[in-house]
Amino acid sequence: MAQAENSYYVPHGSHWPIFGSVAVCTLLVGMANYLNGTSWGGNMALVGFGLLVIMLFGWFGTVVKESRAGLYNAQVDVSFRWGMFWFIFSEVMFFAAFFGALFYARNYSLPWLSGEGSGAITNMFLYEGFEASWPSAANGPGNVGGEYKPMGAWGLPAINTALLLSSGVTLTWAHHALKAGHRAQLIIGLFLTVALGAIFMACQVLEYKEAYEHYGLTLGSGIYGTTFFMLTGFHGFHVTIGAIILAVILFRCMSGHFSSDNHFAFEAAAWYWHFVDVVWLGLFVFVYLV
Amino acid sequence: MSTVAAGDHHDHPESPYSIKRWLFTTNHKDIGTLYLWFAFIMFLIGGVMALVIRTELFQPGLQFVDPQFFNSMTTMHAIMMIFGVVMPAFTGLANWLIPMMIGAPDMALPRMNNWSFWILPFAFAMMLSTLFMDGGGPAGGWTLYPPLTLQTGDALPFVILSMHFMGLSSIMGAINVVATVLNMRAPGMTLMKMPLFVWTWLITAYLLIAVMPVLAGGITMLLTDKYFGTSFFNAAGGGDPVMFQHIFWFFGHPEVYILILPSFGVVSSIIPTFARKPLFGYASMVYATGAIAFLSFIVWAHHMFTVGMPLAGELFFMFATMLIAVPTGVKVFNWIATMWRGSMTFETPMLFALGFIVMFSIGGFSGLMLALAPVDFQYHDTYFVVAHFHYVLVPGSIFAIIAAVYYWLPKWCGNMYSEGLGKTHFWLSTIFVNLTFFPMHFVGLAGMPRRIPDYALQFSDYNMMATIGAFGFGLSQLLFLVLVIKAIRSGKKATSQVWEDAEGLEWTLPSPAPYHSFSTPPAIK
Repeated sequence: MAQAENSYYVPHGSHWPIFGSVAVCTLLVGMANYLNGTSWGGNMALVGFGLLVIMLFGWFGTVVKESRAGLYNAQVDVSFRWGMFWFIFSEVMFFAAFFGALFYARNYSLPWLSGEGSGAITNMFLYEGFEASWPSAANGPGNVGGEYKPMGAWGLPAINTALLLSSGVTLTWAHHALKAGHRAQLIIGLFLTVALGAIFMACQVLEYKEAYEHYGLTLGSGIYGTTFFMLTGFHGFHVTIGAIILAVILFRCMSGHFSSDNHFAFEAAAWYWHFVDVVWLGLFVFVYLV
Repeated sequence: MSTVAAGDHHDHPESPYSIKRWLFTTNHKDIGTLYLWFAFIMFLIGGVMALVIRTELFQPGLQFVDPQFFNSMTTMHAIMMIFGVVMPAFTGLANWLIPMMIGAPDMALPRMNNWSFWILPFAFAMMLSTLFMDGGGPAGGWTLYPPLTLQTGDALPFVILSMHFMGLSSIMGAINVVATVLNMRAPGMTLMKMPLFVWTWLITAYLLIAVMPVLAGGITMLLTDKYFGTSFFNAAGGGDPVMFQHIFWFFGHPEVYILILPSFGVVSSIIPTFARKPLFGYASMVYATGAIAFLSFIVWAHHMFTVGMPLAGELFFMFATMLIAVPTGVKVFNWIATMWRGSMTFETPMLFALGFIVMFSIGGFSGLMLALAPVDFQYHDTYFVVAHFHYVLVPGSIFAIIAAVYYWLPKWCGNMYSEGLGKTHFWLSTIFVNLTFFPMHFVGLAGMPRRIPDYALQFSDYNMMATIGAFGFGLSQLLFLVLVIKAIRSGKKATSQVWEDAEGLEWTLPSPAPYHSFSTPPAIK
């Protein structure tokens, strides 16, 4: 049934959402059972994850097909833009919770535990002599996780900053190419972006290895290790997702899915990548530098 | 009976008895219906939990349930009512009404809309299953404060992960509302012409997108503290249990406005219709809603006055909280000014809306009392707090949802409900809700603590009254169920206008509203 030229496309019934619910539910129940120490929880979570991957392929595949068939008019495009924008905003707020925890620990909990302000008596009776110092002795009065060496900013993290910033440049270069209709430049630019993302992740793995093996710095190293690994870990997870999205877009560019004036999927991926980039700058300043 | 296969027909719904229709639907009206019935079922489940609590509290001493189970009832009752009833019911109303009110063919992202709903049964099945696990359900309160909550048994990861799942649903639902309102309005429907229900939902959706991820972050920290050795809320490792309370209430306070702002929209739709006057102060209503939403982000620590904050914090959060009375007062004033010298009639939706204004204001006043940090040291964690938030949530949010159902039900199903039964439902609900919650003010001020299955003898009489009220209120809601089913099956045919002089695009559509409305945008005057 043909859609009228300019009507808003309302899809017919779709089985992907309910499939997605089953997939995510399997994943979460599996994870919960894994955490409760069952032998099969991990496997169940893997099955759920597999189902989720199938759902994502199916769902986005349908969207790509509909887009290629020209079912989406300009108004649908705007809906996608608002959707992606607010989704990224929700991600920003997720990171805000972890940055908030970092600021709270540094500005309130550690000073209070060290006897500042109303913490004076608590410090005297419970933690006599404890004085926190960020970042080198920030694992609390219990010295949780033992001695560790904090991660400096000017080794791998500075290289990683350069890598991510360059990936932002190559991505913009690719976008200009797409708008100007230069296919080769588009594909090279996008490929470089994905490659830079992958190198970033490799460096991140090296850094973690270094932390665990040589610095004595682990997720369990008190509030310093906690905030360090949780913030950089969730960021790395988002970089991975962003790189996968960009890789899909790369394949779609190679199959010629986009035109110079109609390529929102590319732009959405680019927005996401820049968001990941900006979060990294926040991390570099507040986790590594100051 | 229509037997059209899925996917090849655009104009007619499949038979309502086809399970595929409901599982795969992308239609905003179908999804709205699913949300509303889901909310009602959860309302019964959460209500039974409340009755377990009230039964135990009928007399002092331990009678029926053990304290652990009692505490898991208070915890689960809250989670069910907040995440399973009020939020889905409002999302259901948004689904049904927003596209009709702004002249759109459907929600902006219909497939995602389906997923937002179909996550909920799975997430709540996960949540409810924890009641049968080793160590019982979560019993540390819905606020999940560590370190107590970290002592939960096998239930903990299920509770946390199912809340992540619910959050996913809320965020997608909210994104859909924002995209719909910003992008799907008929030409000429400018922002300042939108019905207030649409405005309040737009602002609610913004709050949801801003704070649900913060909750997700906070409960993720609980999970890693328990299972992966992190120290967010562990003082020995340099963290602080109070940090969780800050993160939680940064979510929690905007959350309570998520639970009330759409009610303001509902009441602002109903009062003008039955007062036969346009809404007084439309623009100030919009700005007041925006102001309330803004303030909701800077008042969170009034939930934790007794936790040991610096004095500057106590003062800031006290004064910021009291500021909220200003925009809320603007709203109540505007509703009353709307009714001033109106030709008022008192059909059931109007009765519930009026009940809302009176009783929500009572909850607002007790809220002002709680906002005063010095006296809050007396009220904190007593039944006075329980009385306060039940006044704003039951005769507040729930009454507004019920008012909305009465008001728009003829548009949804094409039949009028029975006015006699509706009025009976209103009076029974109002009498019993006050019998339940008003005495809680007294026992609270006298020092009865919340979340304890036993109490001192002198609180007995008021607790008996509250228990009787709770059973009466619960049973009255069965009347509502009967009434709604009767209206769906039969009843006087409704005209498309339904109510004399009701304003809004939804009343230009036939009753029941066609499966697809406004495929071509209506003309807006």
